[in-house]
Amino acid sequence: MIDPQLLAFQALNGLQLGIMLFLMAAGLTLVFGIMNLINLAHGSLYMVGAYLAAAFQGWTGSFLLAALLAVPATLLLGVVVEIVVLRALYEREHLDQVLATFGLILFFNEAVRIVWGPNALFVALPEFLSGQVELPLGIIYPSYRFAIIAVGLAVALFLYLLIARTRVGMLIRAGATNRAMVGALGVDVKLLYTAVFGLGTALAGLAGLMAGPILSVESGMGEPILILTFVVIVIGGIGSIRGAFLAAVLIGVIDTMGRAFLPGLLRAAFNPSIANAVGPALASMLIYVVMALVLAFRPQGLFPARGA
Amino acid sequence: MSRVGARPLALWFGLALLLALPGLAALLDQPFYLTLVTRMLVFAIAALSLDLILGYGAMVSFGHAAYLGIGAYAVGILAFHGVTAAWIQWPVAIVGSAAVATLIGLVSLRTSGVYFIMITLAFGQMLYFLAVSLKAYGGDDGLTINVRSRLGGPLDLSNGSVLYYLVLALLLGLLLLCRRLVAARFGMVIRGAKSNERRMRALGFPIVRYRLTAFALAGTMCGIAGVLLANLTNFASPAYMHWTRSGELIVMVILGGMGSLIGPILGAFALLALEEALSSLTQHWQVYLGPILILIVLFARSGIYGVLAPAPKASDG
Repeated sequence: MIDPQLLAFQALNGLQLGIMLFLMAAGLTLVFGIMNLINLAHGSLYMVGAYLAAAFQGWTGSFLLAALLAVPATLLLGVVVEIVVLRALYEREHLDQVLATFGLILFFNEAVRIVWGPNALFVALPEFLSGQVELPLGIIYPSYRFAIIAVGLAVALFLYLLIARTRVGMLIRAGATNRAMVGALGVDVKLLYTAVFGLGTALAGLAGLMAGPILSVESGMGEPILILTFVVIVIGGIGSIRGAFLAAVLIGVIDTMGRAFLPGLLRAAFNPSIANAVGPALASMLIYVVMALVLAFRPQGLFPARGA
Repeated sequence: MSRVGARPLALWFGLALLLALPGLAALLDQPFYLTLVTRMLVFAIAALSLDLILGYGAMVSFGHAAYLGIGAYAVGILAFHGVTAAWIQWPVAIVGSAAVATLIGLVSLRTSGVYFIMITLAFGQMLYFLAVSLKAYGGDDGLTINVRSRLGGPLDLSNGSVLYYLVLALLLGLLLLCRRLVAARFGMVIRGAKSNERRMRALGFPIVRYRLTAFALAGTMCGIAGVLLANLTNFASPAYMHWTRSGELIVMVILGGMGSLIGPILGAFALLALEEALSSLTQHWQVYLGPILILIVLFARSGIYGVLAPAPKASDG
């Protein structure tokens, strides 16, 4: 009944969404795990990454060059935000953090409208990625989306090596387990916090600039993915990169497959008018139902951080 | 205790001003102010309901605007099908928001802290997307309501002043109800669980059940605000449920002064007045509102009510 070609295509789309969600969730969960900060403005940094890439592409004419410039530029902005606003919030309660970062969102959403105008920006695909690739089993898939998956997997590997195998990673893990002790041992905690926040920002910026050519670059584009990222973190368990990766792929695939196939499946089972009305609504609620089920059975998430 | 006397005096003055407002607006020929203040009163009800769980129970619900939407859509959808009688519309809205709040609370209250914030936010957005996907009822564009709820008798809501006094009366009624509630045993348990959950558990209180009741009650009250909002704007829109709306409700509570019942009402008035003033100055008012919020969080945590009328004794938290 369902074309296997289409099934594979949608599964890859789900994986691609999952990769984007992972890039967002990794930064958010690191910042939360180490600084105990809930940063609603993480989606704004994603948006800024997309805008900067679009602007740099306009100047340089090259997507790759723009991407190479946009990541450090977003990182720089993140570091400024950390030093000016967020640093004062680490010792505050979560409610204060939510409010202040909500203020940041209002600011950034309006600021990009002032700088780049109210209309959505268009980001052209680089030529060498505008075609399609042929994968094994005769699956045809757009090269650009395939590149997103490849970059995301490479970043995941890099993060794993960074956190599991390097001295900085050791400090990050130690910070997540016992912040006060890390400080007492003479580590410059302020610098560590800024570095971790910068890392998270760079990941959000990377996700944003990669999303540019497939979504429209506009004010407020960061919020939908931020909410999905929260779902990922709740399901994956806070502070766990491994959990963030597995939950991100899970949510990406469930959401994409649900939207693609649920209305069709309903149409096969019920009369078309009911299916047409209920299908899209049910598909858009699917991941939240999954989240509720996970919470009902494992409130700490599916893959909670070890030792935390 | 010497400053206590100033408080009730200011409140009575404010109430007198509110009672005289429709007359003043008519006198000055400024019907716009009647609509604006009605809107403020509606959001005061919503902020008051959020304060019940946020200020007294430390439950940071970031999806509270969802109930505004449920109330508004109950009115809108029934009116769309020709049912305009308030005695059908309003109970449906109340039961609907109570049921949804109970379901969301059942799942969300299994967690606490930052998880609770993220989950209530996610559920709020879920309902937002649900409203957007309701193509039969306008979807993204929202649903125009041609006829306001019919209450019968002399209460004709198409008259702005009648709607205004109804909203004001409901706000005062709910305010009194909340006062009784937080002072009663129920409120004591909720507040006790906020300051020391473990001790309250050890005393044998079923904390989750108390919290769930408060959560459902707050959702129901906010649903009533949604009914009034739909009647005021003649419109039900997914935008009522957007998560930034939930954020604004939290801001109202904090801005006015969390954990006092008058505070959120002042906060609703102040935030909407601030938005109105800034948006008349510049189209890009949010670029100023954002930093103002950050400054309030960093430097003015006690809120307007706390600054205007410092509590006579140390807050019990």
